[in-house]
Amino acid sequence: MHSESKGSKAVKWILIGISFLFVFLMLVLPLITVIAESLQQGFAVYAEAVADEYTVKAVLLTLEATVFAVAINTVFGLFAAWALTKFRFKGKKLLSTLIDLPVTVSPIIAGLIFVLTFGRQSPIYPLLQELDIKIVFAVPGIILATIFVTFPFISRELIPVLEAQGTDEEEAAALMGAKGFTIFRRITFPHIKWAFLYGIVLCAARAMGEFGAVSVLSGHLRGKTNTLPLHVEILFNEFKYVPAFAVSSILVMMAIVILIIRSVVEYIGKREKDNVR
Amino acid sequence: MKKANKRVIPGFGLSMGITISILSIVVLIPLASLVVFTTGMDIGEILSTITRSRVLASFEVSFITALIASLINAVMGVVLAWVLVRYDFPCKRLLDGMIELPFALPTAVAGIALTSLTADTGLIGGFFAQFGVKIAYTRVGIIVALVFIGIPFVVRAVQPVLEKLDASYEEAAGVLGASRTRIFWKVIFPEIRPAVFTGFGLAFGRCLGEYGSVVFIAGNQPYETEITPLIIMSELQEYDYASATAIALVMLLVSFLILFLVNLIQIRNAKILKGGN
Amino acid sequence: MKKNILSLTLAATVLLTGLTSVTGCSSDKGSSSGEKITLTNVSYDPTRELYESYNALFAEHWKEQTGQEVEITQSHGGSGKQALEVANGLEADVVTLALEYDVNAVRDAGLIEDGWVSEFGNDSAPYTSTIVFLVRKGNPKDIQDWDDLVKEGVGVITPNPKTSGGARWNYLAAWAYAEELYSGDEAQVKDFIKKLYQNVLVLDSGARGSTTTFVENGQGDVLLAWENEAYLSIQDYPDDYEIIAPSISILAQPSVAIVDGVVDDRGTREVATEYLQYLYTDEAQRIAGDNYYRPSNEEILKEYADVFNLNINLVTINDFGGWDEAQTKHFTDGGVFDEIYEKSE
Repeated sequence: MHSESKGSKAVKWILIGISFLFVFLMLVLPLITVIAESLQQGFAVYAEAVADEYTVKAVLLTLEATVFAVAINTVFGLFAAWALTKFRFKGKKLLSTLIDLPVTVSPIIAGLIFVLTFGRQSPIYPLLQELDIKIVFAVPGIILATIFVTFPFISRELIPVLEAQGTDEEEAAALMGAKGFTIFRRITFPHIKWAFLYGIVLCAARAMGEFGAVSVLSGHLRGKTNTLPLHVEILFNEFKYVPAFAVSSILVMMAIVILIIRSVVEYIGKREKDNVR
Repeated sequence: MKKANKRVIPGFGLSMGITISILSIVVLIPLASLVVFTTGMDIGEILSTITRSRVLASFEVSFITALIASLINAVMGVVLAWVLVRYDFPCKRLLDGMIELPFALPTAVAGIALTSLTADTGLIGGFFAQFGVKIAYTRVGIIVALVFIGIPFVVRAVQPVLEKLDASYEEAAGVLGASRTRIFWKVIFPEIRPAVFTGFGLAFGRCLGEYGSVVFIAGNQPYETEITPLIIMSELQEYDYASATAIALVMLLVSFLILFLVNLIQIRNAKILKGGN
Repeated sequence: MKKNILSLTLAATVLLTGLTSVTGCSSDKGSSSGEKITLTNVSYDPTRELYESYNALFAEHWKEQTGQEVEITQSHGGSGKQALEVANGLEADVVTLALEYDVNAVRDAGLIEDGWVSEFGNDSAPYTSTIVFLVRKGNPKDIQDWDDLVKEGVGVITPNPKTSGGARWNYLAAWAYAEELYSGDEAQVKDFIKKLYQNVLVLDSGARGSTTTFVENGQGDVLLAWENEAYLSIQDYPDDYEIIAPSISILAQPSVAIVDGVVDDRGTREVATEYLQYLYTDEAQRIAGDNYYRPSNEEILKEYADVFNLNINLVTINDFGGWDEAQTKHFTDGGVFDEIYEKSE
């Protein structure tokens, strides 16, 4: 890489140019539109929409669902990636396909299946009633749907990396008598650190923005089961164009905060690595 | 315990147990209830539901737009990942951070923002309208929305693998006098191919099922720009659960098949790679 | 090894179910214990401001009458979707939806008793609306009535009646006009409707989507809209749009009903009944009028004569033989609406 020819330099800048153009047109411009619309009627209207009691409750619910989704998917992702890459067994392809499936299931279908499983038409509904457990049209349903749509995000990030790394190092360590957790912490984790971080960020970002599945499951109870994206939808449907965009901009900012945290962690991590060298 | 000699690395039971139980609760049981619900219908009924000309036309619309969008995503995703991993340039961190933003924006908001940009009164749409090209309310509009929601999948799948990839390979090839395009196709691409396929598969599946953003930009003309999830939604609005679940099941099977194929290719690739070592 | 897997699976399952039930219990129980009573009203999209004002009025009234505090939780969404959610277990004490057909869906799930339509006055529709045209200022295409919509070069925006309950009224209003025009010759009526929908540029999934398409994105020349929603649009952009009332339209009757299955379970029948009954009082009727819904009380409606065009000839759903018949004929799969989109071109 040190001796780049003139041709490759041109390629470099062309590719960078394409990347910036693409990201600007496809990703940044829509966001600018959101922010511009939200400030259309001045800052006071914006502040009012953001500070609204129901908006605040929606933010809290969204955070709750996101935290649950990230926590459960982290546990799942680590174990699933470990199982899928460190061992050989029958049905591996099937298992890994099933893990990916939720991403490709239409959000509407995702909501529908939970309604069919836990709703009034379901055979277990009387039992849930008896135990006074509410799943659909209550917070647990929202959390379940959020976990569902972000299900493979963490394992998906880890699997390619672990696959590329192979199993030699772990096998060697195991033969030398190291315990499972030690192997994971000392050998595997350093390899997957960054992929893991990407996975969490991806999962958190997607969890916050999930709309379709949650919308089928939430019941839209104002102040109780409305997440931020649902609150946006409701405002929009109520002909409150500007507040709807103002509330969306909160989501954009939450995403930006997560991304900044990621960059900082990444930066510190990479600097440490350089120092060790 | 016959197989155990192959499994030197500990933790198989633990990781499989946790993987399968979470998978069952979040994915398998709910999906099974969809299948159970459909078995209540007889085959003829299901077939006549899913072969109605309007439903077939929607399959075509969904399939073609999703395919084109994920091809664009695959190409742009590789370019972006490449640029982010291999080059240094100003604002790199910023560009990197932008990638997940489409996830955080609720799809409905994304749809509204993209529509207002690409309608012939909008910033981008107005530009293209001069040449007689319509974006919003055509299939092109659907593709734009799908590219928006699918791009992070490919970038984030390819990026970690590229990062792990040893640059010494290419340097060696470069020293041996191979041209840059040749190096890319012969040395780099085989390495990242599984990741590209994964990203492509996930993006494709996600695009196939996307609802929230597409309904705003599509125009929803029957036979022209009506997508399958919209048909499911309209069946639900008519309280026709049977038709909705039948169509949903078809989509589910298609997603499953796509993912299964992707995983087959990926695992085969992994084997080839290992064999090569 | 096998035993190991089994026990771990079990442990993980217990852990997860425990987790779900903990969050399940922490969520609101919503029972009517003691002095404070809660009520859930599941409604459709643009009624929020109406019910926000009304809920305050009712809470005051209820406190005066019984000394009890009442807290009302609102839920808004597409009418059909809301009905579906109630049928699937969303605990609503009352539903206030866009059309009778949606309430019937809740009835069919066994949650509302037969005969709910006659439980409250005016077919259980405390306020009504109708379908009007929203056109761009100055009415450049000179759109005055339904027959102007089928002219070449007129772009129409309306939601899909299959996905939007409210849009079924749009379709039926056009049908009523054509039926009058061709004195009931169904082939010609269908032809008229077909031409109308051929002029539809964007068939959004909901009323709000259509409004955005027409207002924000500048598509089309005329938007078919509920009267109250058309007023909301010109409220935001008074200089850009005007409302045109066609010669014939339909009386849109948003229906209210008590969800018997839920109120009996929660013991809230009394307050739920009063909640809906009170909608018919003069004060509540004025709140409806202020939110651009037509009060069902004729006297109060007259107070709003300067807002609403009272000369439109309004047909009702009964002219179509009731909702079940209209639904089967026009909107189910293979119905007339599918027919006009059949690929014959």
